[in-house]
This record gives sequence, C-alpha cells and structure tokens, in this order.
Amino acid sequence: MAALFSSHLPALQVVLALLAAPLCVMLRRPNAAWFIATAVTWALLAIAVVLLGRVLDIGTITYALGNWPAPWGIEYRIDLANAFVLVLVTLIGSVVIPYARASIAAEVEEPRIYLFYCMYLLNLAGLLGIAITGDVFNLFVFLEISSLSSYVMISLSRDRRALVAAYRYLIMGTIGATFYIIGVGMMYQVTGTLNMVNLATLIPDLVDNRTVMVALAFLSVGLCLKLALFPLHMWLPNAYTYAPSAVSAFLAATGTKVAVYALARILFTVFGGSSLIDDFGLQEILVTFAVLAMIGGSAVAVYESNVKRLLAYSSVAQIGYMILGLSMASVIGMTAGLVHLFNHALMKGGLFMVMGCVFFRLSSVQVEDMDGLAKRMPLTMAAFVAGGFGLIGMPLTAGFISKWYLIQAALEKGWWAAVAAILISSLLAVIYVWRVVEAAYFKPPPKGAAEVGEAPLSMLVPMWVMIGMSYYFGIDATLTLDIATGAAETLLGGVQ
Amino acid sequence: MEFLGLINYWIVIVLMMTGFYIVIAHDNLVKKIVGLNIFQVSVFVFYITMAKVEGGTAPILAEGITTYSNPLPHVLILTAIVVGVATTALGLALVVRIRDAYGTIEDDELENQEGES
Repeated sequence: MAALFSSHLPALQVVLALLAAPLCVMLRRPNAAWFIATAVTWALLAIAVVLLGRVLDIGTITYALGNWPAPWGIEYRIDLANAFVLVLVTLIGSVVIPYARASIAAEVEEPRIYLFYCMYLLNLAGLLGIAITGDVFNLFVFLEISSLSSYVMISLSRDRRALVAAYRYLIMGTIGATFYIIGVGMMYQVTGTLNMVNLATLIPDLVDNRTVMVALAFLSVGLCLKLALFPLHMWLPNAYTYAPSAVSAFLAATGTKVAVYALARILFTVFGGSSLIDDFGLQEILVTFAVLAMIGGSAVAVYESNVKRLLAYSSVAQIGYMILGLSMASVIGMTAGLVHLFNHALMKGGLFMVMGCVFFRLSSVQVEDMDGLAKRMPLTMAAFVAGGFGLIGMPLTAGFISKWYLIQAALEKGWWAAVAAILISSLLAVIYVWRVVEAAYFKPPPKGAAEVGEAPLSMLVPMWVMIGMSYYFGIDATLTLDIATGAAETLLGGVQ
Repeated sequence: MEFLGLINYWIVIVLMMTGFYIVIAHDNLVKKIVGLNIFQVSVFVFYITMAKVEGGTAPILAEGITTYSNPLPHVLILTAIVVGVATTALGLALVVRIRDAYGTIEDDELENQEGES
C-alpha cells in the first residue's frame, strides 16, 4: 500500500487538490472548507518535498499518466526545475491558508466563503499541474484551470471594482491562453507530438520551418501575457489591488511565477536545442522589455497612493528582474532568475499579507490612512519594513542574494545598461518603500483616528513566517542557490 | 488551385482577426465576449483542419478502412471547447454582476465611474 502510494506521488500532487475542491462545495460550511483546504495544502507540501528529495537523490522522475507510455500518453516529468517550483507553490500555499481564514472571513461575504476555498484548491491544482507536466497541451489545460479560478477568486472581493478587474483579466488571460494553443497547434502540425522532450529532439532539425518560427512567436507572446511582462501587464495592477488580500498574497507569490517557469520551459527545454531563439533576436526583445519593466514598474509605484497597487507595480518591476535573468541564457543568469522567483514570492507574499492585516483593521490601504500606524500596529508595520528591505535588496535579505547574482550575471555578459537598470530600479524601490515607512513611523496619527490594535494572531503568525523565511533564505542561501543552479543547468541542458 | 486547397486556413485567419478586432475595438462587455468566442472558434477550426487526411474516414477499426483522419487534434479541441465554454460562462457571469454593481456594461462608462469612486 505504502509502495503503491509512493509510486503515484506525481499524480497525487495534482489530483489531491482537484478532488478536494468539489468537497468544499458540497460541505458549504466555511470552517469545514477551510479545514479541508489546509489539510490538503499541507499534504501537498509534504509530497512536493518528498519529490524534491527524490529528484536530488536519483535524478529526473518520469511518470506515465494512466500507464500510457510517453510520446502518446501524457507524461509527468519531474526534474530539479519542476521540483523547485512545486515546493515553492505548495510552501506559499501552506503559509497563506492559515492566514486566509480570518482575512477571507473579513473581506468576502459569508455565503461565498466556501467558494474561495474551492477556487483556491483548483488554483493550486492548476499551478502544480503546469509545473509538473511534460506535455505542452496538458500545460494549456492546467494554465486555464489556474487562470479561471483566479478570475473567480479576484471577483469574490466586496469592492465592486474587483469585478471589472476580474473581467479585464479574463479577457487578457484568455487571449494569452489562446495564443498559447495556436502555438502548440503549429508545433503539433509540424512535429506530430506534444511531449516536451520529444519536441526538443525534433525541433532542432526544423529551424528553417516557418510554421515552427511562428509557433515560437505565439507561445512567447501568450505566456508573456500570463506572466505580465511589460507592456502586457495591464491586467495585473487592478487585479491585485481589488482582490481580497489573501488572494493578492497567494496570486502575487505563485501565479506569475509559475508562468515564468512555463516560459523558461518552452524557451529552453523545447526550443533550447535549436538556434531559433538567436535567429529571432528573442533574447534582445525580452531583455529590452525586462529593463523597461524594471524601471517603468518601479517609477509608477513611486507615485501610487494605494499601497496594494504600489506593491502590484513593484511586482511588474520584479518580474522584469526574473525575465532579465532568464533571457541571459547563462547558468548564472538563469540561477539568479530562479532564485529571485523564489525570494520574490516570499517577500511579495509577505508584504501583501501585511496589507491584509492593515485592511483588516483600517478597511483601507491608502498611504494617507497609515499615518502614525506604527504605534498602533507595531508588529504589522515592522513586517512591512522588513519585507520592504527585501524589495530594495539590502544585505541579509533574500532580495540581496538574487540581485547580487543578477548583477554578477549581467557583468559576466558585459551588459552595463542592465546593471544600471537594476541599480536604478532598486533606488526607486527605496523611495516607494520609504513613503509607507514615513507615513507609518514619522507622521503623527490624525486626530480622531480609530483606536485599532494588531490583527489577530492567526494572521500575524503566517505573515511573520513568510517574512522570516525571506530572511532565512537571505542569510543562508546555499539551499536555494544549489537547487536553483541545478535547475538552471537542467533547463539549459539543451543549450550547452 | 492552391487558394482553394487552403481555404480552411484562410477562414481561420479571417475569423481569428475578426474576433481579435472585436475584443479590442468594442466597448460593450458582452460583445467583447462574443469576439473572444469567435477568436477561440478560429483555433478550433485550425486544429480540426490540420487533422484531416485526404480520403480518410473516421478512425474506426473496421475492415476495408486503411486511411483515416488523425483523431488526436479532435480530442484536444474537445478539451479546448470545454475550456472555452467555461471561460464564456464565467465572463458572462461577471458581466451580470458588473451590471448589478454599476448599472452599465459599456467600458467607457465603467471607466468614468471608476475615475469618480
């Protein structure tokens, strides 16, 4: 029994959440749904850690779904890159879900609460599916499972603007996904296969084929829409601003990150062996947009007075860092991108959780309303300062590690403009973090300000766990760096 | 004639561009969803067209049948149709709630109202 269980762990990683989601709908009671979601998420974290351990021990794991052998059936293929993303997603999920209970109860109308947990589990299943699958069409299906459930989660907010944000995200997201299947269809038309490994061996012989070139263009644009690379980021700020705080924290930390992984997988595993990416100048295109995102996103964040929107624009900038790392197509650049993917998930997840605590007490996340807040909510605002240091990239924080590696990678390539962009963007981060810190610590509370205390412990503890982890991985980065280097080497295997 | 031989692909491109244009150009939220549907349908036609094998029949194991169309893209597109239906349903549900909350489903009027609030 145990052996049977253990040999099917790759399938369970996805199926468990998929099965638990309808259970939440049937039970309908918020507490029962919360309990199921928590139990399942923690079990998924355990599975992801076991899988990561196994990959570190024995190398790539392959799993034929339904026992259909690889090129015909759907194959789950777990190497270091997948396992890294699986652990990241389940880890964030496990920390956010205890926090969600109080936060969601405050921000979502009572009869709809169980729907949040159902959608949360579906979203988790979708994200894990994207990360684990070795089949390009299967990836599309999971992409849509995760996207559709995020639209619903965003629209659950009491703020009516969340509805419009969710609708706009739906339109943009569907266009992105449709572009992606157009690309998949073109690849299938030429190669007759959907399996990533199989595609990777067939595509190098087809570099002169126009259909394959067009496929690459559709795939890249589709995925860049999903991961909100500037200038395709228009859906992101409103979606993260008006969504319930727990949803913003979870999506900001996982949704775009998994899409970044998917892009890396397509560009470097599927197309890595061919010279198409160079022929196209795709590297130059991605680097240009990444740099624009880094500076543009941070510059807009400086002027935002809604702190959740400020954090959302900061995310646009941080996605720029990740894409910059990936597009260098060197092991150190890719490592920097992947480590930043992990570190930024912790920092931004933590910061959105801080804003959830603030919203819980103040019902507002405007900078003006935070005057003197540090006296009334010292633990919460201290967490904001700590997380903000990470965004800036101060030493000892996880943000420092990834920026350090990113700058090294850029220097190795001799890309001085990129180095300058990283530094400018970090300086802008100092300004936007400082605006909140200034309001909270150095301004007197307005007269007649509501007497508010700290958020409940069930929210404070997960928030500090998240921020604490971003420091842990800043002080002792060997674990993340080792795994990310291994993952980068696996992803770039086709290139070298 | 090559043009006639590729007629399905021409239809795909016309539908795709029409749908995409409607999504971008129209202000009415329901019309945007209609455009999105046309855009997606063009992809379905694209997949089904590429599966066709000249002179082939349905892939049924029976005597005398040697050439048949590739069934895999059909199956893929069944999945994509399900995804498309789910997207349309969710999109329309959101439009209903937007109308309840704002009293309009015109994009420009929504923007005006958001600017005020």
